[in-house]
Amino acid sequence: MFKILRAEELTENIFLMEVEAKRVAAHCLPGQFVIVRGSEDGERIPLTICDYDREKGTITIVFQIVGQGTLFLSNLKAGDSFTDFVGPLGCPSEFCDEDIESLKKKSILFVAGGVGTAPVYPQVKWLKEHGVNADVVVGAKTKSILILEKEMEAVAGNLYVTTDDGSYGRSGMVTKTVEDLVAEGKKYDVCVTIGPMIMMKFVCKLTEKLGIPTVVSLNPIMVDGTGMCGACRVTVGDEVKFACVDGPEFDGHKVNFDEAMRRQTLYKTEEGRAFLAAKEGDTHHGGCGNCN
Amino acid sequence: MEVDVMKKVPVKEQDPKVRATNFEEVCLGYTAEEAKCEASRCINCKNAQCMKGCPVSINIPGFVEQVKNDDFEAAYKIISESSALPAVCGRVCPQESQCEGKCIRGIKGEAISIGKLERFVADWARENGIKPEKTAAPNGKKVAVIGSGPAGLTCAGDLAKLGYDVTIFEALHKAGGVLVYGIPEFRLPKDAVVAKEIENVKALGVKIETDVVIGKSTTVDQLMEDEGFDAVFIGSGAGLPKFMGIPGENSNGVFSANEYLTRSNLMKAFNEDSNTPIMRGKKVAVVGGGNVAMDAARTALRLGAEVHIVYRRSEAELPARVEEVHHAKEEGVIFDLLTNPTQILADENGWVKGIECIRMELGEPDASGRRRPVEVAGSEFVIDVDTVIMSLGTSPNPLISSTTKGLEINGRKCIVASEDLGKTSKDGVYAGGDAVTGAATVILAMGAGKAGAKGIHEYLSNK
Repeated sequence: MFKILRAEELTENIFLMEVEAKRVAAHCLPGQFVIVRGSEDGERIPLTICDYDREKGTITIVFQIVGQGTLFLSNLKAGDSFTDFVGPLGCPSEFCDEDIESLKKKSILFVAGGVGTAPVYPQVKWLKEHGVNADVVVGAKTKSILILEKEMEAVAGNLYVTTDDGSYGRSGMVTKTVEDLVAEGKKYDVCVTIGPMIMMKFVCKLTEKLGIPTVVSLNPIMVDGTGMCGACRVTVGDEVKFACVDGPEFDGHKVNFDEAMRRQTLYKTEEGRAFLAAKEGDTHHGGCGNCN
Repeated sequence: MEVDVMKKVPVKEQDPKVRATNFEEVCLGYTAEEAKCEASRCINCKNAQCMKGCPVSINIPGFVEQVKNDDFEAAYKIISESSALPAVCGRVCPQESQCEGKCIRGIKGEAISIGKLERFVADWARENGIKPEKTAAPNGKKVAVIGSGPAGLTCAGDLAKLGYDVTIFEALHKAGGVLVYGIPEFRLPKDAVVAKEIENVKALGVKIETDVVIGKSTTVDQLMEDEGFDAVFIGSGAGLPKFMGIPGENSNGVFSANEYLTRSNLMKAFNEDSNTPIMRGKKVAVVGGGNVAMDAARTALRLGAEVHIVYRRSEAELPARVEEVHHAKEEGVIFDLLTNPTQILADENGWVKGIECIRMELGEPDASGRRRPVEVAGSEFVIDVDTVIMSLGTSPNPLISSTTKGLEINGRKCIVASEDLGKTSKDGVYAGGDAVTGAATVILAMGAGKAGAKGIHEYLSNK
């Protein structure tokens, strides 16, 4: 069992939990993820690592309620435990292996969207700890759902917050901020973008035009997370990769986003039904006509 | 009960039409009376050929004799000396090509049903609360076993009996490996059989730590250097599923057999109440002809689909056990033989709508000795399906080999280990099962687990 030391609702539907997981905390690096189960009959849910404390032996995760499984997790409190918490899975971010001196000469841009801010945080923090200052763009639909702003501010070289509706910081999508920064004279050698698939797709379109190599972190459907099931396969260039063992980070200019987005919808109907049934119980008769 | 010495005492099975709609076990097993009758057919050969066919060398005439004598407990003890998982083996071993394949009775008549007798004895012992006995006192030496499948459980059980302090590390949340994620409930009940056999291994003092991915959560080197393990056995299993590399393979509705079976078996997605979804196709094509393909096909059938096995060679070359093919046919699985997929067709939203195949004919024998299938030009045709399950085998998972210093792998990326002792290129590290051989059977993995335990015992005894 993996004990929850801290559980907070960061904003509506987005939760942060610090969990005791000694083996994961001893070995994880930015870019990696965990798979958790909240109960004996729970689904295996892949979640990105938001922070880790090697001495305390804890991992911090951040997740958004997207279905029945994450809804269940959101009800766990400090003192409760995860039945399972396995990791670190996937490969660490590429820069973890790079020479620090050459990394220091690079100008790095992170572009985070929504709950994708969480996995960007440990990367920016790791760089900061190694003397590398990166620029970070964080986007949210509106001010009230912005997460981890203070934490990010403490580790970013420059932080640019933008909201789609202009309720806070800059106004518009993250792509607009990136375009503006480049227009203002900023030069970037590499971009890392994590967020909703559609956002990453458009950031990649833009950075391709701007000639900035771009890394994306994908979160496809997975079961085991160790390469065994192949549910998470994505097309990168002309190769099929397993996101769980070959990724989750890939060259964003080569990822087939349309296929990846389509594959994410695979169980949507089934999950949606289970979610509604869990939320509405016996009263769930949505009139969708799909129930048997 | 009358016995025809030339013929096996028939075993009761669920009616095919009924069982095609449920996940209950197909074979119902012998009653005590039937088991005794079947055992009475054994002529107790002096030079028992059956034992030579058994990868773990069970004293077969010995236990069969005890069944005949009505002393089932003694029979169980004899089996337990050699096998940690008799209730599993009695169900899933390919006896026809092993013990029963060598049975002298089988020359003129039908071989003794050794598998069904083993199953009967193991089930009887479980129902009567009889457990294997720990034999040696603790010797204070620590062994790590990676993977809790048949190789790992066998190796761990053997070493625990010799007095070693054994910990199994399992990557998934549940112990059992392929016995829980791969083989379906209707062939191998999980709670009633697998969980109980694992309990028996634990009763020998073996500890199991789940949720540990060796190569990620820690490494083989760290287990030996930081956690004080004196030796390590790697039984990590088969690994990554293969795909065909044909167009349309990433369409929604194409799954690996591994994924499909893991969802159904490990995550219980066949159960309507499960929190893990599975696609219940209306018409399913399973590509491949091995035991895993049969398992996937029969699972899809039970989930309500019309199921086609698509296999490029003919029936004679099907790698699956004859019994599995027979069961699949009885239940209504359709076999499209000498048929090979060329592409998967998707609708405008990317969901599978069909599989285009080409007819094959058999040419000259290839490297495997089987006649090579050759395409019949212009014979393409489409089978309308909404789900495709690829069951083409697996390639080894590099997670352990790439993170262990000095561990040699071969050209197929399998770990190199000696057959008799499981010895690898790294001192103190032993390996066996699918991680070494590539995908094979439960019993071969168990044999390799035994060899590994022997190797580790020799190594640590001389250290």
